[in-house]
Amino acid sequence: MITIVDYGLGNIKAFANVYKRLNIQIKIAHNATDLKNAAKIILPGVGAFDYAMAKLNASGMREELEKQVIINKVPILGVCVGMQVLGKSSEEGHLSGLGWIDGEVKMLDIKSIPYKTKLPHMGWNTISIFSESRLFCNIINDSRFYFLHSYYFECGKNEDILSTTKYGTEFVSAIHHENIYGVQFHPEKSHSNGIRLLQNFAGL
Amino acid sequence: MLYPRIIPCLLVHNKGLVKTIKFKNPKYVGDPINAVKIFNEKEVDELIVLDIDTSVNKSEPDYKLIENLAAECRMPLCYGGGIKTVEQAVRIFSLGVEKIAISSLVVENPAIVKGIAEIVGIQSVVVVLDIKKVIKNDKYEVYIHNGSVATGIDPVYLARELENWGVGEIVINSIDNDGTMNGYDIDLIEKVRNVIDIPLTVLGGAGTLDDIGKLVQRYGIIGAGAGSLFVFKGKFRAVLINYPTQSEKEALMNKYFKNYLLSARN
Repeated sequence: MITIVDYGLGNIKAFANVYKRLNIQIKIAHNATDLKNAAKIILPGVGAFDYAMAKLNASGMREELEKQVIINKVPILGVCVGMQVLGKSSEEGHLSGLGWIDGEVKMLDIKSIPYKTKLPHMGWNTISIFSESRLFCNIINDSRFYFLHSYYFECGKNEDILSTTKYGTEFVSAIHHENIYGVQFHPEKSHSNGIRLLQNFAGL
Repeated sequence: MLYPRIIPCLLVHNKGLVKTIKFKNPKYVGDPINAVKIFNEKEVDELIVLDIDTSVNKSEPDYKLIENLAAECRMPLCYGGGIKTVEQAVRIFSLGVEKIAISSLVVENPAIVKGIAEIVGIQSVVVVLDIKKVIKNDKYEVYIHNGSVATGIDPVYLARELENWGVGEIVINSIDNDGTMNGYDIDLIEKVRNVIDIPLTVLGGAGTLDDIGKLVQRYGIIGAGAGSLFVFKGKFRAVLINYPTQSEKEALMNKYFKNYLLSARN
């Protein structure tokens, strides 16, 4: 059973559709009670950092989420802005992040990007796998995923980096620390690679 | 490495998929859900689905169809057609669509566009500009209601405005080149590309993969949209849903995108 946090951000339906095809049960959490007894949690997200944090803070779910993830060690996967809020802070806003993984969110370096459209970084890009993980089981190096973002997670510790991606400069595209995972790309919209990753997460 | 997006654009008319020529003579090419299933197998970069009836008939978007499309799509989906209110936009997002496309609304009621953007996030709003060259003065003009109403608005001016509003992406759709398969209107693309820095997708005229290649060689990262190219095969325009394979795409990028990157470095 996968519990998807619905705090008003991200394409909840897309995750639900993938897991439905995989015959894996899901539950959509709208409040703290829905999060109790969660076995795996997905924290989706699109849009701005502060907007995401404000929504999460106002959702009434943050405390229960922290209990599940930090005390009960329930595996969690943050996606896109859902990954970024795992860090301490972001250049994009003023609110504090969850601070569960050592890192800060920064804007991509536009000087290094050779296109008329610099940001957002949008489209299909490849990942270079930095360290082995069960999340990447059967996903080969240089696999393509769909990205849509302008900020990235600057990891405080190298050991937390799972993959990197090049857009102008190289940035961290997936992270992992204990039971906490994050991906900058959108596995829910990344064809077979994305489906495999979501299946891997369910199998952790 | 980031690759340019190659995007099939599907038109819905009377619940079926059609392909037009210069926005006229819709030819039935199949069932929308079936087409999405095929495009899933082909792992397309993104999909744009435009309902060409709703704006003209002033009817509600077909929510059931949108929900079914979104449930099937394993890639980002952009839906457009008949979105006139904030409530409609919110409802469409809740069905699982990543991006919504609006067109007539930006001309007729900009305030609502801004209202939609405030609720769903401006980055998810795509504006499709249907553009035609006016013969008498040789100038481009924006059309609305599926190409049936001239607005007198210069697309270059409007594109710049839309960038100021903060819209996520602009699609420029050439009415003159639609369905002709004779190549993109580079003159038009150049004019718009020069004035905006936000993501741009172009549509209208792609007849071969080399047309896409030439676009990529010139602009690097750009959305290359196509209708006819991905639903017809051969000079008799036999209906066949198709899309380049991963290796065909790589060959195309090796031929054209590499040239762009080399010239950008110099």
